[in-house]
Amino acid sequence: MNLQSSSSNPNFLKLRFTKGFLRALMRIYRHRSKSSSSPREISQRYRRIKLAADASMALAVGSRRLWSRAVLWRIRNQVRNRHVFVKRVSSHAIKKRAQKKKEEQYHLAYDDQENKLRKLVPGGAAMDICSLLDEASHYINCLTTQVKMMRRIAEICS
Amino acid sequence: MSSRRSRSRQSGSSRITDDQINDLVSKLQQLLPEIRDRCSDKVSASKVLQETCNYIRNLHREVDDLSERLSELLATTDTAQAAIIRSLLMQ
Repeated sequence: MNLQSSSSNPNFLKLRFTKGFLRALMRIYRHRSKSSSSPREISQRYRRIKLAADASMALAVGSRRLWSRAVLWRIRNQVRNRHVFVKRVSSHAIKKRAQKKKEEQYHLAYDDQENKLRKLVPGGAAMDICSLLDEASHYINCLTTQVKMMRRIAEICS
Repeated sequence: MSSRRSRSRQSGSSRITDDQINDLVSKLQQLLPEIRDRCSDKVSASKVLQETCNYIRNLHREVDDLSERLSELLATTDTAQAAIIRSLLMQ
């Protein structure tokens, strides 16, 4: 498969995303219980759908991009740590977080917007400025595709 | 500024030129509907970054809203519509 042509072909991305996302939706739909309209079920399903949408887009892009790799890595780690997450927040972690916040405030002086962008783009914290801008433009393209497809699916279902 | 020094340190082997950054910023500019529809060239880099952040936040919010909408629709949709979705998948 020619990776160069596929990364510049928007329909390829749309198709891969839609197939994966619809498959995940079917799975979620099949597993709904009898009390499928309770608010708790709905909020749980909302979280699953959002995760499925983000994961489907990241999977459609694959490991070609830094941001998609960061999303997939984060999802895999969330699944792995799901059972131990609550116990792990120790005082050491809290101290580290406070220290990191102080360091971040020193870097904010030059370009506040750049740091905000780093937080919005997955994996942005570790990128240099060129990669950050490049990944941001690809990320925006994929997000708009994702929104377009989700909107179309919602229109069909309603 | 110390951050500019740290930026060049981050680049590693390749030196990041201003031209490279300008090219990437203008590429971003083309994607943002706010700036694209308004006047063309004279937009500062920090304005582009600001609009990029706002645009990404808006897109995230839209994904959240659509996920909510889909979760409510999935609660009420019947099997006929599920069949429609499946047929779409087959195409």
